[in-house]
Amino acid sequence: MGTLILVLLVKSLKIFKKVTEYILEFINYMFNAMNMGMYFHFINYIMGMSLERGSDMFEFKRIFQKSRYIEVKNLGNEGEKKPTIPSGMWVKCKTCGKILYNKDLAISIMTCDNCRTHFRIGARERIKYTIDTGTFIEYDQSMISDNPIDFEGYTDKLKSLRDRTLLNDAVITGEGNINGQDTVIAVMDSNFMMGSMGCVVGEKITRVIERATEARKPIIIFTSSGGARMQEGIFSLMQMAKTSAAIARHNDKGCLYITVLTDPTTGGVTASFAMLGDIILAEPNALIGFAGKRVIQQTLKQELPEGFQRSEFLLEKGFIDKIVDRKAMKGTLTEILKIHS
Amino acid sequence: MVTLPFEKHMCELKNKINDLRDLAKNKNIDLAKETRQMEIKLYNMQKEAYKNLTAWDKVSIARLVERPTALDYINRIFDCFIELHGDRYYGDDAAIVGGIAEFNGTYVTIIAQQKGNNTKENIKRNFGMPNPEGYRKALRLMKQAEKFNRPVICLVDTPGAYCGLGAEERGQGEAIARNLMEISTLKTPVISIVIGEGGSGGALAMAVADEVWMLEHAVYSILSPEGFASILYKDACLAKEAANTMKITAQDLINYGIIDRIIKEPLGGAHTNVDAMATCIKRNLAETIDRLARESIESLLTKRYYKFRKIGKVVE
Repeated sequence: MGTLILVLLVKSLKIFKKVTEYILEFINYMFNAMNMGMYFHFINYIMGMSLERGSDMFEFKRIFQKSRYIEVKNLGNEGEKKPTIPSGMWVKCKTCGKILYNKDLAISIMTCDNCRTHFRIGARERIKYTIDTGTFIEYDQSMISDNPIDFEGYTDKLKSLRDRTLLNDAVITGEGNINGQDTVIAVMDSNFMMGSMGCVVGEKITRVIERATEARKPIIIFTSSGGARMQEGIFSLMQMAKTSAAIARHNDKGCLYITVLTDPTTGGVTASFAMLGDIILAEPNALIGFAGKRVIQQTLKQELPEGFQRSEFLLEKGFIDKIVDRKAMKGTLTEILKIHS
Repeated sequence: MVTLPFEKHMCELKNKINDLRDLAKNKNIDLAKETRQMEIKLYNMQKEAYKNLTAWDKVSIARLVERPTALDYINRIFDCFIELHGDRYYGDDAAIVGGIAEFNGTYVTIIAQQKGNNTKENIKRNFGMPNPEGYRKALRLMKQAEKFNRPVICLVDTPGAYCGLGAEERGQGEAIARNLMEISTLKTPVISIVIGEGGSGGALAMAVADEVWMLEHAVYSILSPEGFASILYKDACLAKEAANTMKITAQDLINYGIIDRIIKEPLGGAHTNVDAMATCIKRNLAETIDRLARESIESLLTKRYYKFRKIGKVVE
């Protein structure tokens, strides 16, 4: 009996609540309508318009009517029931913000088809896009660094980087064909300690240049580097002299040397083999310079002009031969190699 | 005379000795024996201190405004120095001094990075930080030396190549790269001496040579200790610690085989006795220029190539 009374009480309360809600809504509606009406009168008064237009009044009310919202129930644990998007399928272009589908990106060789931004790519990818399939022979694959100035923590850092990037250092060297044209090639990789040049990079590049000199073959170097590797101290600095001297010998034999500057090419690499090509190509909008932007800003205490140290800036100042889109790079290299074969 | 932090005790002792001498003179007391003993003590203290200098102490010595600059040595070592100006493309960089001079009866080309002895002079010389036109002037004079078979002597003393807007616009990287490449095959003997600071690529562009020497307290590094600390420790204030881990002293570098010779400085550093320092450099140069001039160009170039070719430690 007690429960019946309780159920009835609850039910009547619910009905009462519903009725109250309806009354309140009605009052609210009337109030709004009144307000709107007054507003309408006022505007009409100002503009001297006739009040006779019933349809206008209706339209006006409709515009100012409160919108109805959909009530969304809490889903409990957030994200649990959200649709999951597989990560790594889409990439947002840093420059124009366009969302790019990974497979499209691979077709356009990691460039944004909307704004021409060239994303940074690794050495292996670069070789895949540049060298004819199945013709690449890698040199000195197993060479690793030896921490020449015993810099603390450097050996461990190298080890973890080798595991993570699956690279032994910041450059891959070898030989292969570009549309049938035989060439020696070195490709730097900015994923490994920002492509910095220490003993391994210096030694591998010097060896590959020496091989090209001996075989009287052309050499192409794709640069991508933050400069000399600090952790190897003076030894890194000496690699600049070593590689440049090797280029001098290659040059004396009358062989062709092409450099392709990609984002970023700075510091000790710019101040050695990167700037010594017979022909210097660059990808669009790549950062190319000697000193870091921050250092220059600190020295000068002023803002730097737009586009400073970009490929287009260097082209204008006369330090590179041509800016070539990544998609056209293989074709351009083929042409240059053909001319000099 | 300038006092470095580690010289404080010695400076105090020196003042005491001077006081004692004055006292002896004024009061007519014979203190010769005592002062003599104290002088010996001071000498030993100095000797000990200068033997155990840290890398940062050496950086401080190398950066002293009182430290002799390139022109101080040029005027003492060579005769009839004629300075030659300009790179023939853009301008004349005062941070690099170049020219021809007589040395022991032969003519040599001298190219030197020049710092100032005071603030005014330093502003004129851009604190010894060359612009691209400086490196292009250096290369022009080296090519000239090659043509007329003159040995080239480079004096290196720079914190680094200048980092400025104009320097970038005119191709600082290209200028240095070109020098590295061209000097490696320059058909005349080249000797480089780091007399103070040898900073980064800016120093290397004048230090690809048959013989690379350093003065005893000079430093030669990939980057300034401040720059190194700000990159690797994210704090430029840790320059002192950075200097000590970077291996930048002449003693470290000769062990690594990066340089060929250390030229001993007078006790207390080159600034305490510039004449003695200059004489010491001159003696070393005389012997080496003779030796290099007798060698065939082919063997010289091969040796120069392999001197740099062999630098680098890798595991295969």
